[in-house]
Amino acid sequence: MADMASPKAFAYAPAPESRAVVDIAPSYGLFIDGEFAEATGGKVFKTISPSTEEVLSEVAQGSAEDVDRAVKAARKAFEKWSALPGAERAKYLFRIARIIQERSRELAVLETLDNGKPIKETRDADLPLVAAHFFYYAGWADKLDHAGYGANPRPLGVAGQVIPWNFPLLMLAWKIAPALATGNTVVLKPAETTPLSALFFADICRQAGLPKGVVNIVTGDGTTGAALVAHEGVNKVAFTGSTAVGKAIARTVAGTDKKLTLELGGKGANIVFDDAPIDQAVEGIVNGIFFNQGQVCCAGSRLLVQESIQDELLDALKRRLSTLRLGDPLDKNTDIGAINSAEQLARITELADSGEAEGAERWAPACDLPENGFWFRPTLFTGVTQAHRIAREEIFGPVLSVLSFRTPGEAVAKANNSQYGLSAGIWTEKGSRMLAVASKLRAGVIWANTFNKFDPTSPFGGFKESGFGREGGRHGLEAYLDV
Amino acid sequence: MSDRLSVFKTYKLFVGGKFPRSESGRVYEVTDSKGNWLANAPLSSRKDARDAVVAARKAVGGWSGATAYNRGQVLYRVAEMLEGRRDQFVAEVAEAEGLTKAKAVAQVDAAIDRWVWYAGWTDKIGQITGGTNPVAGPFFNVSSTEPTGVVAVLAPQESSFLGLVSVIAPAIATGNTVVVVASEKAPLPALSLGEVLATSDVPGGVVNVLSGRTAEIAPSLAAHQDVNAIDLAGADAGLAKELEIAAADNLKRVLRPQAVDWAAAPGTDRMTAFLETRTVWHPTGSLGAGGSSY
Repeated sequence: MADMASPKAFAYAPAPESRAVVDIAPSYGLFIDGEFAEATGGKVFKTISPSTEEVLSEVAQGSAEDVDRAVKAARKAFEKWSALPGAERAKYLFRIARIIQERSRELAVLETLDNGKPIKETRDADLPLVAAHFFYYAGWADKLDHAGYGANPRPLGVAGQVIPWNFPLLMLAWKIAPALATGNTVVLKPAETTPLSALFFADICRQAGLPKGVVNIVTGDGTTGAALVAHEGVNKVAFTGSTAVGKAIARTVAGTDKKLTLELGGKGANIVFDDAPIDQAVEGIVNGIFFNQGQVCCAGSRLLVQESIQDELLDALKRRLSTLRLGDPLDKNTDIGAINSAEQLARITELADSGEAEGAERWAPACDLPENGFWFRPTLFTGVTQAHRIAREEIFGPVLSVLSFRTPGEAVAKANNSQYGLSAGIWTEKGSRMLAVASKLRAGVIWANTFNKFDPTSPFGGFKESGFGREGGRHGLEAYLDV
Repeated sequence: MSDRLSVFKTYKLFVGGKFPRSESGRVYEVTDSKGNWLANAPLSSRKDARDAVVAARKAVGGWSGATAYNRGQVLYRVAEMLEGRRDQFVAEVAEAEGLTKAKAVAQVDAAIDRWVWYAGWTDKIGQITGGTNPVAGPFFNVSSTEPTGVVAVLAPQESSFLGLVSVIAPAIATGNTVVVVASEKAPLPALSLGEVLATSDVPGGVVNVLSGRTAEIAPSLAAHQDVNAIDLAGADAGLAKELEIAAADNLKRVLRPQAVDWAAAPGTDRMTAFLETRTVWHPTGSLGAGGSSY
């Protein structure tokens, strides 16, 4: 455990969560039509723990033929699943929600191992939200007539869903829960670097007695996802990931009847006005950019601070960053875990280096990094201009770019100066200012005096090149209904 | 048939999470549809009704203040607990209503599913009853609904269990607490339901179950100044009018008795009947080019 606090600070004893709660098999097949099966051709790839580089398991590399089998299984299951009374579909989803609650510690440890994020996040954020999402959409399954889409809205058919590695099981829940509630069946491809929790979810479907073929999990890399998105038997495509891939998917489905929702990148502005409570704002800034090592599409990666309080705020922020604890993600006291992959670490490193090269000033607290695994110090840049790459491009890592402003109008102009429009934060004690600024921000989710809050009842999604469609809430049903 | 002598259950009221007898010490004979003795049920007094209102009022803060998600899980827990005691309720409903086993099974299954239905409503009803209003001015204007408070419920007289669940669950789903007067001639499923609620994470006082003469207990509930609303499902036309007049004294929200097919899928009316709408205005200021007002 690397302790970034002063050497005289009270030392923490290691407090690792036990791995014994989770039993990872040496290999996993694809979950198609209710059965685990090897990929056609038997190709496999390894999934590792990013904090140690230890191999956790081998999973199947799904081919185009495998995707075809999965889509056909989902198609076959669709007829009966969509014809079930909503109340019966609801009860399946309630079962899944309850089993997730029962197995949440196991899944939290698994997710931390496969993803590298701190156990306190998987335990206290990811898993409770996963269960809550299934619970919420379970309740919609027999209430679709009340959702505002007219009487008896119909499902689309087979949903092809591709999810990222930053919140593997939560993104699965955001995709599968509304799809199933509305009567669709799904083929889901988890991210290449974090396939395990989706495969454990397959086991939860078995325990819940979910009919075969309603949920199919096909692991693989980008080619597997591309095959799924392009498959003719898919009626709905839902993707969460990078804007570049999102655009490619939009081109792929062009000219088809496939309904498309995209939840893509962001470069969220966290705007701090001079009347903001500084200590709370600092906590919100830290949470906004260092939660999940900054690997969050809605991260508050641009700090816009009013000039008159910039020095005071940055002093407080640096003090706070010096107390963050980086290290073993399974340790309950860890704040900053591992970066998910060597590839992602390289991307973060390259962009951070560009910040220095372009003239911004880099600061990071002194701290040792573990020898193995993928790590990046929590970092902030001052003297950032709007032209800098670190102010424009999504870094998807623990790197904060600090810019300043003088008037609310300038803050809004700078916040909106982005290809993205996913999230924003506003820190001010004045309600009318908060609402005035919020109404001008071209962003899908705005947090006032808080940040990174999620709830199944609350819609999430972006403006502009952060994508379209909403996940969560009543709005999230629309993505999976023929309306 | 075994030689063993069975142990009878003493049916008691369910008030404030506890199982008291009637303070009056009175009971009345409950029989099956053929007139055979089933049990002696408490014959609640007006004082029992007032005690139940006190218990219900005490529970309002915690229950209405719980998150909708939490209330949903508690209601779902009721369904889980009922599923485990399905056979008991099938037997009680069959005896109470003179139904065949198959018909009683249908009633109990529908009642379990009804808890699931309302469990799913707790965190959605606000999303379809509330919303922002596009007022013509620089204001953020949002309406949201909240529970009215303590609801007195006269349970349906004929449908002793499905009807009972169909009037309790919607009232508490939104955060109200209830004092329910069970079906007069078939109160046993209601009193047993208290035992299920007591083991389902439902906080004490959220549901209070009284048995006895509806016409004796209901007037004191209808006139009670600390009751916010009354569901007259189990009152006949004459009693309902009398109670509605009494309820006017503190302008209780009144749900009049109506012909209901309890087996049919319910709408939202039993929830919205006991909700209040609150609208909040807040100035938004403006970011106009020529200076600003915030």
